[in-house]
Amino acid sequence: MTAVDAGRPPAPAEAEPARRRAPSRRRAGPAGYLFVSGYAVLLLAFGVFPTVYAVYLAFTNDRGQFTGPNQFVKVVQDYRFGPSFANIAIYLAMWLFLVVVLTVLVAVLLRSGVRPGLSAVLRFAYYIPGALAGVAGVLVWLFLLNPTVSPVGPLLRWFGFETFSQVIAPADLPVIFVLIAFWTGAGGWIVVMYGALNNIPDEVLEAAKIDGAGMWQSAWHIQIPMIRKWIAYMAILAFAGGTQLFVEPQLLRTASLGRIDPTWSPNQLAYVYAFQHGDFNGAAAISLVLLVLGLLCAGLLVTRSGLFKTEDK
Amino acid sequence: MTNPSSRTGAAARLASTSVVVLILGALFIFFVLPAVWLVLAPSKTTSELVQDFPLSFGSFDQIGAAWSHLVSFQDGVLFRWLANSAIYSLGSLVLTLAVSVPAGYALALTEFRGRRLLLAVTLVVMIMPSATLVLPIFLELNLLGLIGTMWSIILPFSFYPFGVYLVYIYFASTLPRDLLAAARIDGCTEWQVFRRIAMPLARPVIGLVAFFSFVGNWNNFFLPYLVLPNTEQFPIQVGLNQLLGSTPSFNPVAGAGLNITSSELSLAIIIAILPVLVLFLFSQRTLVSGMLAGSTKE
Repeated sequence: MTAVDAGRPPAPAEAEPARRRAPSRRRAGPAGYLFVSGYAVLLLAFGVFPTVYAVYLAFTNDRGQFTGPNQFVKVVQDYRFGPSFANIAIYLAMWLFLVVVLTVLVAVLLRSGVRPGLSAVLRFAYYIPGALAGVAGVLVWLFLLNPTVSPVGPLLRWFGFETFSQVIAPADLPVIFVLIAFWTGAGGWIVVMYGALNNIPDEVLEAAKIDGAGMWQSAWHIQIPMIRKWIAYMAILAFAGGTQLFVEPQLLRTASLGRIDPTWSPNQLAYVYAFQHGDFNGAAAISLVLLVLGLLCAGLLVTRSGLFKTEDK
Repeated sequence: MTNPSSRTGAAARLASTSVVVLILGALFIFFVLPAVWLVLAPSKTTSELVQDFPLSFGSFDQIGAAWSHLVSFQDGVLFRWLANSAIYSLGSLVLTLAVSVPAGYALALTEFRGRRLLLAVTLVVMIMPSATLVLPIFLELNLLGLIGTMWSIILPFSFYPFGVYLVYIYFASTLPRDLLAAARIDGCTEWQVFRRIAMPLARPVIGLVAFFSFVGNWNNFFLPYLVLPNTEQFPIQVGLNQLLGSTPSFNPVAGAGLNITSSELSLAIIIAILPVLVLFLFSQRTLVSGMLAGSTKE
């Protein structure tokens, strides 16, 4: 659910630069409407309508009266609001740093530091935990972080953790969530970054080599700058996904008999508003804050990155 | 960084190689060790899990015992959960394909008013994390009184803008317009053009959309967790959460008297991800090439 959101690889985006001929290529008419009608209905029902409805709820109260910004004021003043966003901010800072630095580094190494066969095997091994995205991955890490059963128990003890409840102390949670997200998500990104590097024409790298650039110099001065669009793409998606953390803290709470803050992440706070307080208006207000964050990221990517083609002139 | 003079050059190369080995090796252990541990865990009893070497194999008998405990948990509710997951994922997959293939085709190859707007909205929604809309969708379903029905999962799952975008890109880059124009001149209706020319060519992208949609929906937790109040209706992911709450190593109180221990739980995890894992193993090559199809082609 976090980060890579497994099923969302940066599509075949960079694809083909416009190579189509101008007008007359399309047929106008009602057929197009028919073809998109089913999808358009779903888009309205589960993309547009929920958004509009959330906006409506966030600006009204439970009797449907317009309340202006009051719902937002209420949730922002909630003593749990600040901490939940602070938690996410700490998590995001670590997660972004780790995912950007490590995936790019590893992709570079896989591209030019090892033999192609080994590189393929490693990419596959890194990628496989992606199949455990979501609940399964979290559960695996619950075991790994439990010093009594963990295969790295000695390591945990060496860090001074004797019991599971010591491991899941509040201050450690962001690190734990970063580990889980990295374990299930980084492999997919490594594959993507590797693919982007693979796209750099061999002549460019040859030329660099002839000019005396070593592996690291070539990586730093040539390869990384050439894939920076993809790095930006990954960073923005990892950020947007990270703001949505829900499964991880929620499951950890189940596993710890509720010792973990039930409103650790903003999504959990919205959940508590909706399901424990029955306050859908407040829940909608929090959701909107997150929605706007997601929209900003998406808008930024679509308009600025040049990775998505919307027109084919 | 590297000095061109040969002696330091050799030393630098050695240092550089060791850095490569160290980083890639450490990551290999990080990614693979938990998976290996997970596969071995159901073969060991709770005390073996604690005392034995973590990567040792216990016994097949224990796997059998774990299996029968798991199966008898709440009268075999495990199978119910797996069946639910299959119904939700496959049902929405069928709907997703039925709407997104024609939609992607029309966006790429036909002209109609609002096409660009539809495409732009699709892109934005596709990039937004799917979790963003879950709570608003819950509120909507609640308004419509759909909470607790199968459709409260299948319908939202089948809205899959990323699939539409994949089909769009695929048709826009592989299907020559001249071919369609020729077919139209020969008197094909728009439907025939789609059915006879576009559809047969779409097989690779259908596979890709199907994979991502199925994997995403099978692993989805947030939406079903919110909208399904009834244990009998849980998909396996939400079921795992319930199993977790019944495992004494994590929940001594609730777990007492139940036969769900760490080895049963780890067996359940393996069973839960099996369909996705099989897909991962068998479609890796296609997938990776599919993910990068656009960018490697030219």
